[in-house]
Amino acid sequence: MAPPADARLQLETARLTALYGRRAVVKDVSILFPTHTVTALIGPSGCGKTTFLRCLNRMHELSEGGWITGKVLLHGEDIYDPGVDAVQLRRRIGMVFQRPTPFPTMSIYDNVAAGLRVNGSRPRAQIDAAVEGALRRAALWDEVKDRLRHSALDLSGGQQQRLCVARALAPEPEVLLLDEPTASLDPTGTQRIEELLHELKTRYTIVIVTHNLQQAARVSDYTGFFYLGDLVELGRTEELFTKPTKHQTEAYITGRFG
Amino acid sequence: MSVRRLRRRLVSGTMTTLVGVLSFVAVLALLLILGHLVAKGASSLDWSFFTKNPVPAGESGGGVANAIVGTAIIVGLAALIGLPIGIGTGLYLAEYGSGRLGWTVRFVADVLNGTPSIVIGIFAWTWLVKPMGHFSALAGGVALAALMVPMLARTTEEMVRLVPHSLREAALALGYARWRTSLRIVARTALAGILTGCLVGIARVAGETAPLLFTALGNLNFSTHVLEPMQTLSLQIYVYATGPFDEWHRMAWAAALVLMGLVLILALAARWALRSRYGAAR
Ligand SMILES: Nc1ncnc2c1ncn2[C@@H]1O[C@H](COP(=O)(O)OP(=O)(O)OP(=O)(O)O)[C@@H](O)[C@H]1O
Ligand SMILES: [Mg+2]
Repeated sequence: MAPPADARLQLETARLTALYGRRAVVKDVSILFPTHTVTALIGPSGCGKTTFLRCLNRMHELSEGGWITGKVLLHGEDIYDPGVDAVQLRRRIGMVFQRPTPFPTMSIYDNVAAGLRVNGSRPRAQIDAAVEGALRRAALWDEVKDRLRHSALDLSGGQQQRLCVARALAPEPEVLLLDEPTASLDPTGTQRIEELLHELKTRYTIVIVTHNLQQAARVSDYTGFFYLGDLVELGRTEELFTKPTKHQTEAYITGRFG
Repeated sequence: MSVRRLRRRLVSGTMTTLVGVLSFVAVLALLLILGHLVAKGASSLDWSFFTKNPVPAGESGGGVANAIVGTAIIVGLAALIGLPIGIGTGLYLAEYGSGRLGWTVRFVADVLNGTPSIVIGIFAWTWLVKPMGHFSALAGGVALAALMVPMLARTTEEMVRLVPHSLREAALALGYARWRTSLRIVARTALAGILTGCLVGIARVAGETAPLLFTALGNLNFSTHVLEPMQTLSLQIYVYATGPFDEWHRMAWAAALVLMGLVLILALAARWALRSRYGAAR
């Protein structure tokens, strides 16, 4: 059964401007993230990619002086409506950061279960199943299944990052935000995460920030190019990389600046 | 060039020696104190020293069981009152203390930290002993708690601030509310450090004498009643050491040894707590 047409417009920003105090670092950006696609955000350092991403799960407002104008629509509903509880919202939108951030006092198991437990208590068996499922989807299960009770710090950097992916997946979010998830990983670790994205996109809508243009080309369906807070160009990935319409995009992807 | 180099080496050498000598003096002082205590006090340590109460002046024998129990009770009271307040204040300062109120609390804590303990004792006397009409272990516990709170608040704050910001963000992004992030993630990550702060704080007040002179007063008999005067090791030492009898002096040395041992054990425990938990975390 095909989903109704508008169900595919899962996440969308409408004239989103993000500010720190009086300084706008993301300006008037409107993007539509179709359901079950990967969208890559690229652009030179400091152009506002992280800030934009953090607006999508209302993390930006937790920064000192952070506020926005415009809208972010999830299923057509503005997540910045006064009636929306930001804490509840963040349980529906998973996020993975540039550096692995496992909770150091928790075991591998408890790390993955953290996002589940926070959302009300549920039967033990259900948590077990969710933890295993999330670890499998993050391609980590086979490596850790015998030591779930060990400290999360016993894992390698790449494993820790996949643990963070699993932790984000366990509560079954609808959207997954990734901020340079492979920046601190070696090529093997990077490859694991990229393979992961291909599988995950059948279930989640993914937005990934990356500095690695090849990575953007490999993993994404759509690519957006940011420059100085503006969304310069957005299009299907193969088109943007082969036939960019703006000269700034072309200059960036051919390595002439940034 | 070579003059400069010579000078640099000279200064470096002098400083290294100086620092070395100073640390040697510090360690030496501790060793001398410990050695002296053992020499003077160890011989009086026997079973009855720990199990018997003091006997009237002139008689020999007896022990300081009442003071040991009293120390445990009063320090326990102080911990019961002081730890939650101190840790809570520290958490507040670290997590929400960026505004004016935070600044004020921090300032008050710093001033209190530098306040002589005898002054705290006088305040405890004015506000507790006087209105209640009599000296009490409770007043002593409160006085010691008042010494502990500012110290703990500042240690807790520092330990919590050491927790990386990224950890806090990770929890918030997972849908943790702010208070839950503070307690479940931040405070737990800082727990070993906070625990160490607690042990050091307890060790420090365990040996306090001045604030207890006006509050717990001391008691020659065995008492576990917190609303009555109570003996502690530090008070016992004070009385025995300033008394006229050799027997008392002997007992004072032994009591001092016990107190010192207690503080040492706490300090070692603090070390151990810090190492065993933090080795991996940082
Ligand atoms: N907490 C903050 N307070 C004030 N300004 C900030 C803050 N964080 C970021 N900025 C500013 O906002 C702008 C955009 O930053 P952002 O981190 O979004 O860039 P980015 O595109 O993610 O860069 P990078 O590729 O280096 O990660 C920068 O100019 C930065 O200086
Ligand atoms: Mg960034």
